[in-house]
Amino acid sequence: MKPEVLSKLEILAESAKYDVSCASSGVTRNKTAGGIGNTAGWGICHSFTEDGRCVSLLKIMLTNYCIYDCAYCINRRSNDLKRATFSVDELVELTIGFYRRNYIEGLFLSSGVINTPDYTMERLVRVAKELRVTHRFNGYIHLKSIPGASEELVHEAGLYADRLSVNIEIATEKNLKLLAPEKDHESVFKPMQFIQQGMIENAELRKNAPKLRKFAPAGQSTQLIIGATDENDKAILLTSDMLYNKPGMKRVYYSGYVPVNTYDQRLPALKQPPLVRENRLYQADWLMRFYGFNVNEIVDDRFPNLDLEIDPKLSWALRHPGQFPVDVNTADYSMLLRVPGIGVKSAKTIVMARRFTKLRTYDLKKIGIVMKKAQYFITCLELPIRTVHETSPEYVRKVLTEKKATKKAVDPSQLTLVFPE
Amino acid sequence: MIIFHYDKSFEGLLSVVFDAYLRRSFPEQLLAFNEPEPLFTVTSHTVYTESEKTERVWKSLEKKVEKNTLNMISYAWLSELPGADELIYRYICKTFDSPYSIETNFADKDVLQLRQLAQKVSKEKHRMIEFIRFQKTADDTYFAPIHPDYNVIPLIVTHFKNRYADQEWIIYDTGRNYGMHFNTRKLTEVSFTDTSLFPDGKINEELLADNEQLYQQLWKKYFKAITIKERINPKLHRQHLPKRYWKYLTEKG
Ligand code: SF4
Repeated sequence: MKPEVLSKLEILAESAKYDVSCASSGVTRNKTAGGIGNTAGWGICHSFTEDGRCVSLLKIMLTNYCIYDCAYCINRRSNDLKRATFSVDELVELTIGFYRRNYIEGLFLSSGVINTPDYTMERLVRVAKELRVTHRFNGYIHLKSIPGASEELVHEAGLYADRLSVNIEIATEKNLKLLAPEKDHESVFKPMQFIQQGMIENAELRKNAPKLRKFAPAGQSTQLIIGATDENDKAILLTSDMLYNKPGMKRVYYSGYVPVNTYDQRLPALKQPPLVRENRLYQADWLMRFYGFNVNEIVDDRFPNLDLEIDPKLSWALRHPGQFPVDVNTADYSMLLRVPGIGVKSAKTIVMARRFTKLRTYDLKKIGIVMKKAQYFITCLELPIRTVHETSPEYVRKVLTEKKATKKAVDPSQLTLVFPE
Repeated sequence: MIIFHYDKSFEGLLSVVFDAYLRRSFPEQLLAFNEPEPLFTVTSHTVYTESEKTERVWKSLEKKVEKNTLNMISYAWLSELPGADELIYRYICKTFDSPYSIETNFADKDVLQLRQLAQKVSKEKHRMIEFIRFQKTADDTYFAPIHPDYNVIPLIVTHFKNRYADQEWIIYDTGRNYGMHFNTRKLTEVSFTDTSLFPDGKINEELLADNEQLYQQLWKKYFKAITIKERINPKLHRQHLPKRYWKYLTEKG
């Protein structure tokens, strides 16, 4: 490893950092004789950046040269910035060196487009192949597929990578074309389809040949940029919902637009990335994936945007006071999940614990329920004092947001953003 | 009050349970051999640790509780917190005395507390799996000094044995002054008399492998480069990466 790798690493990590995905979970791969490493199955964060994001993978670009000129991207060809390109060997050595020191779970490799999409994709695939085949590396590999890459190369990528991703970036095609004239939705959805087909075909083949390597065992993911264009939350969440309904789509990431190219008139003048909105979208995404909410319950024509002041679950509850109060000693698990202040873990604990004793407020607090919120929506062994009915949705909203107001309104530093799988 | 003295080992604690049932006398306090007894002690008994007692108690436990609960008991023990032994003792007695499983009866103070304690230890275990940093030494051993709140080395070595099966490594608890050495075949316990070779968690430069410093520099550079300045959030950063771990993190050092 030569010292000049230092400056390349700096440039190409800087260029890669705006992709928010960093998950390494979803696959378990055991060690092999003569091989390096394994994959744990649960996402391991090895560190956290100063902006509070999980560092799990070496997130890096092969090159930040690019023939395209996407307005939202720091690496667009019209930007004057330091450029660099890694060789395949350098990337392989770096990944293994970092992995052996327990810095990372594996590699997340993306790239600007050089020459042609296939030329670039071929190099990405070569890095993954070197790692997997030559070095028998069992750590995690995530490759970002190049828009416009051929089916053959996407298929080969799926044989070595755990996860593949193609970023949609902009939820509507009209706006995508506005900001990235060289791209359209087809160039994104085509490779997504290739990945999906690859997974389905591979699953068929594996029925007869179970030893066959799994195709992208951790599925695919994508990213949407928030706030660079005028889509409302409904348009964004409907896109996510459509994607989650496809087999193999594991995660949709939301990335608040960081104003990198302020000179471009097509982009809004933002002082700060829309962090609160981004957080609300993650919460809504959560509700769809783990809390049994339908997308139409979260946003609709009357409420096309998420409430920035309160989280989407509380917002739903206040719009549907008729569903409450919920009796924690008898309610279904699915209804417990809908109570503001009760998470998946505490809902499960409630179901287990109530088999022994009828639960009281005291027990609920100990279980870890956020009573500050939950008190307005539940009854337990004690009589309810002031649920949303005895007061009013407006009152509850006021009390719950007031508390925050004393702690510096909607200060983004109060938000906890986590990206577990 | 009934007092038992024992050797403060886990096997000893199981022997305490054995003696209690044998004598039909249940202690309210567990003390080390030489610990002074409170004034109002009524009976005191000294427990001798014997593998036969230990095994019998553990086997009966295995029959009564889920594997997960056995793990929780070991985790709680490794917390090494004062009172953890008495908590485990009470938990085991309650398990034996109850006709049905108490494992999910979280309205019982001891059941809830044992779980919470085990969760704390488990969290520290996971943090160590995440935050350990190996430094490669000149003799090709990867060395990781750590200082966890709880005694979690026994809980993490399997993970590292599986992950780094082809490399020689040592994970060393500088607070408890012992570590585990893996030579690509088996694990052995080690204890150094001279800890000045790695002051503050940093191995002396002369002892490092050739490119080790370059790798550390690379990692530091990388860590800085991926931060998005527009989103800096020190509070969130510290919440995920508490300050007490920084000393041993290459990227924060
Ligand atoms: S193709 Fe990718 S790297 Fe190139 S300008 Fe567009 S987003 Fe940036």
